Amino acid sequence: MSATLATVSYIGATILFILSLGGLSNPETSRRGNLYGMIGMTIAVLATVFGPQITPAGYVWIIAAMAVGASIGLYAARVVKMTQMPELVALMHSLVGLAAMLVGFANYIDPAAAGTFKGAEKTIHELEIYLGILIGAVTFSGSVIAFGKLSAKISGKPVLLPGRHWLNLAGLLVVIGFGWHFINTHTVADGMIPLIVMTVIALLFGIHMVMAIGGADMPVVISMLNSYSGWAAAATGFMLNNDLLIVTGALVGSSGAILSYIMCRAMNRRFLSVIAGGFGTEGGVPGAAGGGGKGNEPAGEVVAIQAAETAELLREARNVIIVPGYGMAVAQAQHAVYEITKHLREMGINVRFGIHPVAGRMPGHMNVLLAEARVPYDIVFEMDELNVDFPETDVAMVIGANDIVNPSAQEDPASPIAGMPVLEVWKAKTSIVMKRSMASGYAGVDNPLFYKENNRMLFGDAKKMLDEVLVALKG
Amino acid sequence: MSQIIGVPKETAAGEKRVATVPEVVEKLVKLGFKVVVQSGAGDPANFSDDAYRAAGAGILDTAAELWTASDIVFKVRGPSAEEVGLMREGGTLVSFIWPAQNPELLKQLAAKKATVLAMDSVPRISRAQKLDALSSMANIAGYRAVIEAAHHFGRFFTGQITAAGKVPPAKVFVIGAGVAGLAAIGTAAGLGAIVRANDTRPEVGDQVKSMGGEFVTVDYQEEGAGAGGYAKVMSEGFLKAQAEVFAKQAKEVDIIITTALIPGRPAPKLITADMVKSMKPGSVIVDLAAEQGGNCELTVPHQVTVKHGVTLIGYSDLPSRLARQSSTLYATNLFRLTEELCKHKDGLIHVNMEDEVIRGTTVVKEGNITWPPPAPRLSAAPPAVAKPAAAVPAAKKGHGHGAAGALASAKSMTIMFAVAAVLFWFIGANAPAAFLNHFTVFVLACFVGYMVVWNVTPALHTPLMSVTNAISSIIAIGALVQVAPPMMENAAAAGDRPEAWILGLAVAGVGLTSINMFGGFAVTQRMLQMFRK
Repeated sequence: MSATLATVSYIGATILFILSLGGLSNPETSRRGNLYGMIGMTIAVLATVFGPQITPAGYVWIIAAMAVGASIGLYAARVVKMTQMPELVALMHSLVGLAAMLVGFANYIDPAAAGTFKGAEKTIHELEIYLGILIGAVTFSGSVIAFGKLSAKISGKPVLLPGRHWLNLAGLLVVIGFGWHFINTHTVADGMIPLIVMTVIALLFGIHMVMAIGGADMPVVISMLNSYSGWAAAATGFMLNNDLLIVTGALVGSSGAILSYIMCRAMNRRFLSVIAGGFGTEGGVPGAAGGGGKGNEPAGEVVAIQAAETAELLREARNVIIVPGYGMAVAQAQHAVYEITKHLREMGINVRFGIHPVAGRMPGHMNVLLAEARVPYDIVFEMDELNVDFPETDVAMVIGANDIVNPSAQEDPASPIAGMPVLEVWKAKTSIVMKRSMASGYAGVDNPLFYKENNRMLFGDAKKMLDEVLVALKG
Repeated sequence: MSQIIGVPKETAAGEKRVATVPEVVEKLVKLGFKVVVQSGAGDPANFSDDAYRAAGAGILDTAAELWTASDIVFKVRGPSAEEVGLMREGGTLVSFIWPAQNPELLKQLAAKKATVLAMDSVPRISRAQKLDALSSMANIAGYRAVIEAAHHFGRFFTGQITAAGKVPPAKVFVIGAGVAGLAAIGTAAGLGAIVRANDTRPEVGDQVKSMGGEFVTVDYQEEGAGAGGYAKVMSEGFLKAQAEVFAKQAKEVDIIITTALIPGRPAPKLITADMVKSMKPGSVIVDLAAEQGGNCELTVPHQVTVKHGVTLIGYSDLPSRLARQSSTLYATNLFRLTEELCKHKDGLIHVNMEDEVIRGTTVVKEGNITWPPPAPRLSAAPPAVAKPAAAVPAAKKGHGHGAAGALASAKSMTIMFAVAAVLFWFIGANAPAAFLNHFTVFVLACFVGYMVVWNVTPALHTPLMSVTNAISSIIAIGALVQVAPPMMENAAAAGDRPEAWILGLAVAGVGLTSINMFGGFAVTQRMLQMFRK
């Protein structure tokens, strides 16, 4: 295949990728979108393999590597549980980061790649290598930590080193310093030391950054890492003079950045403050300080009920809104939820789902779980669509969610989550909160909802309790 | 020190309503206020002094005592001149005011250094619905209009076939499907009548149907919704077409209920004398716009008259004719307002002019006339700029996150552009041409990504991320081209190429990205399979 033909194939692949992202913005076109992505990827890979840049000598290696990778990937995709999607995505991001690092190093030690550059071109090329490896390393270590946090191998609580902002700044300065040094070296061996030092610092920085971010901010982190993996690909593209990589990397990078922005907006937080980490621990927040929150406890009584009473309340309702949260994912209760939904709908009760933009541990997590349980997506609504309906709702059932239904976001300006848009479940005639205990959510804020007059608490594991409710409903 | 809310007896002739009812008194007391009621204030609405006392209110004998004792006065009708005289310097008054029609009253109140909240000026936004007294009164007026019509109409509403013969159902035509119109449609349909309705705003057609009515359209293209969801003045061509429709309906129907009002203007004359003549004898017209001049040319305000064999009802006090009901709803509206004014539940009101609802409702603030308020932020904007938080939830117009622009302020935009310009200049001045080609592609691709992804529905965030993740494994290309590149011409360089290292790194890279590539697309496919309607 000639070079021009390969280029044209790349353009085709680019278009297909854009169509793919565009298709993914709507459920009707999403499957086609995914298909475009696959075709685009196939074209890109085939055009490269049969293009002028690879000699037949490499085919064996490529086929072997791809076969191994493909079988691992397909196996993982088949066995992963929908509740573990965030972990899988984080892990995959780390692979992209790692690959970017490897490609960067390989490119650097390859004299053929750098041989023709002189002067400014050489500087830029080396800068590209440096940046590519930097971003790749941050993506890699950050994603690994995110994976650890999501799969509960590492505690979800933010780990805050003293003077962490200064540590980061120092790291940045060292990276810049070594970058200068790196550009001014002349042989590969000389450049290797600054490159490796920088890689180590970048890895540490990635770890540090994600460690400092609390579990509730994970949706932002995941989409941010997604964005980084794109930038890593783009940087690699610059390094290799490959427009396809640049375009695709930029597409992924900017889409991830936008998702992060959307997530931040949904939590009414600034992107920088999420990245700076340490949610709810900053000073100057009365009420949230001092963990226990003593002396600031909401007035009122907590009324606990049983599954049978819950079933009774549901049966007598005409309008029900279910608000799922991370607790539903943890308990794998989505199927039980749908059984109840189906039963109530057969009884002519209007059941809808209200999804907070940051419910769960990655963007859109709840939607995926409900879809897995075969809940039709036309009864699943966004927060803004449903909030006006709560006053006409008889029962609002909150399953394993806390901060996203916390009225103090609206009522208490001193609360650390003040101003965050929340689902106004307390406006429903009755709200039922399913929870394992009275513990506070990730934000560490007590929830006055639990003490409201029209609120009932159903304590216990979400799956077990929902099964009991279903039995009571049918009985 | 909690404030005292006073409720005087209404002084306007024939006014039977009262501004609070015992059950609301209890709630006000819970908010921390003291409540005093003038003796006999609730009598016309069947609320006794004892009932108020039992709910925790104090009873004062005369209006003078009450006005002096109260920090805040709740009333239904705007105060008379004497009442303004009784008012305490710097006090607060909540009632209907109609500031546009009563500029004199505003001046008198301002002279008293009063703070006045006008229940007729509550902004028409979703959040303020619970304190929208106009709607709750209109609802009652619509109901009562049908009851009055039934009273004067000599036949059943519902069609019946009895041993004594067949009774045709009454036909009711409702003009204006606002709150009052819809209440009238619902009531009349409930009594069994055939109900038709017309409104200049075509979008209310569904609401008419939902209340059991049939929507009669005027065959003329013009959008009739003005600011705040109220109707606006229509063009001449439309009015002509409309008059034809009404003339036809007048001949067919037995009862016409008109509710057409345009804010701040005399009521449009929709039913001409000729149309009245063409109606069947014994027909009834209820003109809810009588006070603003009437929708029917022949209406006499405040009275029932018979002209050309048609009974014309021009009562302007329909809510007052259902005093107990309207007092209860009005009192609840006032309570909701009080809640907004007293967020801390400490019995002290705080007129927060930053709050859009309170800003709109307040017509005099500490002696300064603050009416009219600035245009409401949300619904006044032309429909072209559909903001994500628009007050009226536009019927399912896609998902996504609304318009991308209009987020940053002008200042930060300027700074952003300046920074970008400096950055671009720096790059342009220093970078070689080959780099700039790639840079162009890069910047454009960023924008394409932004445009494409901005409108994604939140439900698809996870699949989108997993597909972008799969796509980012395009980095495999980078690894692929390093596996076995054709040898360069500069053989010297190729000589000391560390083959094994590069091959190893590249093959590892290909392997890793393949996991991502295949796994990512496969898992996305699996997720998308699950999405179904």
